[in-house]
Amino acid sequence: MNQDIYVVIEHLRGQVADISYLMLVGARALAQTTGGEVIAVLLGHDAQGLANNMAANKVLYVDHPALAEFTSDAYQKTLAGLIREREPRAVLFASSSIGADVSGVLSARLNLPLISSCQSFSADGRPISQICGGKIMAESDLPDTTTLLTMIPGGYKPEEGQSGKAPEIIKMEAPSLDNLRVTLKQYIEPEAGDVDISKEPIIISVGRGIQNQDNIEIAEELAKALGGVVAASRPVVDQGWMSTSRLVGKSGKKVKPKIYLALGISGAPEHVEGMGESEVIIAINTDTNAPIFNVAKYGTTIDLFDLVPALTEKLREIKKA
Amino acid sequence: MNIVALFKLVPDLVEELEIDQNGTALNTDFLRLIINEFDDHAIEQAILLKERSGARVSVLGPDIEGADDVLYTAASKGADQVIKLTGDFQGKANNHAMARAVASTLKELQADLILTGVQANTDLDGSMGALLAEYLDMPYVGYVSGVNTVDGKVVARKEYPGGLVAEMEIKLPAVLGIQAAEQPPRYVAVSKVRQAMKTATIEERPLAEADLSGGSTIHRMFKPEAGTRAEMIEGSADEVAARLVGIFKEIGVL
Ligand SMILES: Cc1cc2nc3c(=O)[nH]c(=O)nc-3n(C[C@H](O)[C@H](O)[C@H](O)COP(=O)(O)OP(=O)(O)OC[C@H]3O[C@@H](n4cnc5c(N)ncnc54)[C@H](O)[C@@H]3O)c2cc1C
Ligand SMILES: Nc1ncnc2c1ncn2[C@@H]1O[C@H](COP(=O)(O)O)[C@@H](O)[C@H]1O
Repeated sequence: MNQDIYVVIEHLRGQVADISYLMLVGARALAQTTGGEVIAVLLGHDAQGLANNMAANKVLYVDHPALAEFTSDAYQKTLAGLIREREPRAVLFASSSIGADVSGVLSARLNLPLISSCQSFSADGRPISQICGGKIMAESDLPDTTTLLTMIPGGYKPEEGQSGKAPEIIKMEAPSLDNLRVTLKQYIEPEAGDVDISKEPIIISVGRGIQNQDNIEIAEELAKALGGVVAASRPVVDQGWMSTSRLVGKSGKKVKPKIYLALGISGAPEHVEGMGESEVIIAINTDTNAPIFNVAKYGTTIDLFDLVPALTEKLREIKKA
Repeated sequence: MNIVALFKLVPDLVEELEIDQNGTALNTDFLRLIINEFDDHAIEQAILLKERSGARVSVLGPDIEGADDVLYTAASKGADQVIKLTGDFQGKANNHAMARAVASTLKELQADLILTGVQANTDLDGSMGALLAEYLDMPYVGYVSGVNTVDGKVVARKEYPGGLVAEMEIKLPAVLGIQAAEQPPRYVAVSKVRQAMKTATIEERPLAEADLSGGSTIHRMFKPEAGTRAEMIEGSADEVAARLVGIFKEIGVL
């Protein structure tokens, strides 16, 4: 085993995901305690140019037509060989649709430990994970062998993982990628909503605390009075109460409004991933311990069903005056 | 086709969570457990597939308080077989150990398609679905929100950020990590669940001996430090509303 920290770069349709740059920053922090280098691992086809901006000591690049778009089987095979052969100190994956398909399988295949949902590393190089919807942090020992980790955002800034110059690129041989059990048939574009919430300056967002579809109306009234739009957390969308185009978070849109008013939203990491960079977050949640209060600027534990109508009323009075 | 949907009971996050005396695990004494919501979706997806193209659906999970409820509810929705795994679940079994043990039960069931929840809120060493897939030598695709079967294969809708979906074709047998079913999990009346309690039988199968290797060690568990905590606004609904109006003005949106 060497002391290098590998980062599996995540990219989709020609775009490097922010989390990839963020992981390079995390890897740098960890490499400082292990004394190794930060090495980006890029899999793709004619994709070398994606490495141009990466703050890494080196990039290992594997090119193969079967790697042009992500499929779990092809990534697993390629990375299994690479990790087995080079034995880095740690390999960082994104906690994402791509990273989750690969990290767990590789951990079982290579018999290596896996630590999930890591947000940052302590000064002595221990991974700190955020679990239980953001209510609990767990600091793990870094096992004494090549360790796989999945990273969530929040601990580092992606901008700091961009170097503005191309690092040294080392081309690696791809393994045989025939007989894949998983193939991409097609992409289906997101449904276009009536509004693009990622461009809206005022967002009233509803979570499970809204209880049912009919109650969403009070949020709509408030949005109208304040001049904003209504968005939602995942459970609200999964219940079919609002369309997917209004979803904020890991699987939905990233928003950065001037005001994000969260009504009955707990503030799970997957939600915060989509709204954590809003200018001013105001949280209304009856649970004093809700993690949303750790990202909000202002908060209140008043029942949303008492507060929202009162607030709407006040705003209407002001408009009338 | 044999479809097996798995479930797990996880802490209800609306409750206050406590850390145990050693500071390395959750205090489970008063922990209220509920079904992982993604498992509800996995069960729904299994039932939908059965209704659409015919299949035998088994639902399987650990024998801890609350499991009977989950299983009878699944039976009332149309599951053909409901199973609880008996054994030690309170011990420090990591997901790797658990996956190896559950994999041997899944072999007995000759599953063609295994649906797990995409992940659980206590997951620290990788989600079970991916681990199971590898121990069973099956392909794995997670973040799935919709599945169709087409001769010997499934086509799964895999979610990417921003609402982008990739249709993945996957050879069976396979394991899928379900994020959402094609439609919200159906509601069943309590009377139907009671009915299932009379007609359905919960099978018990002992969990294979766990090989505990492969986990990582938690050094310290703690609640997020409140350094950045919000400024809390107290008072009646009216007073809080007035203060919020003030804040809107300060920000310049009013
Ligand atoms: C792979 C993956 C991807 C995900 N992607 C997303 C995503 O894109 N977006 C997303 O949002 N989630 C996503 N999730 C789900 C996420 O983990 C949480 O489950 C979800 O964000 C919780 O939504 P919530 O806060 O609305 O519900 P809950 O966590 O149930 O919170 C409801 C809150 O409402 C409060 N409340 C209840 N009643 C009232 C009242 N009367 N007044 C005031 N407050 C009240 C409660 O105290 C509670 O805090 C994802 C999960 C996974 C595993
Ligand atoms: N002990 C278990 N028995 C059965 N299924 C499980 C078990 N642990 C996890 N699962 C399944 O795997 C999913 C993801 O959980 P986790 O691996 O803890 O993230 C759960 O939602 C269940 O569907």
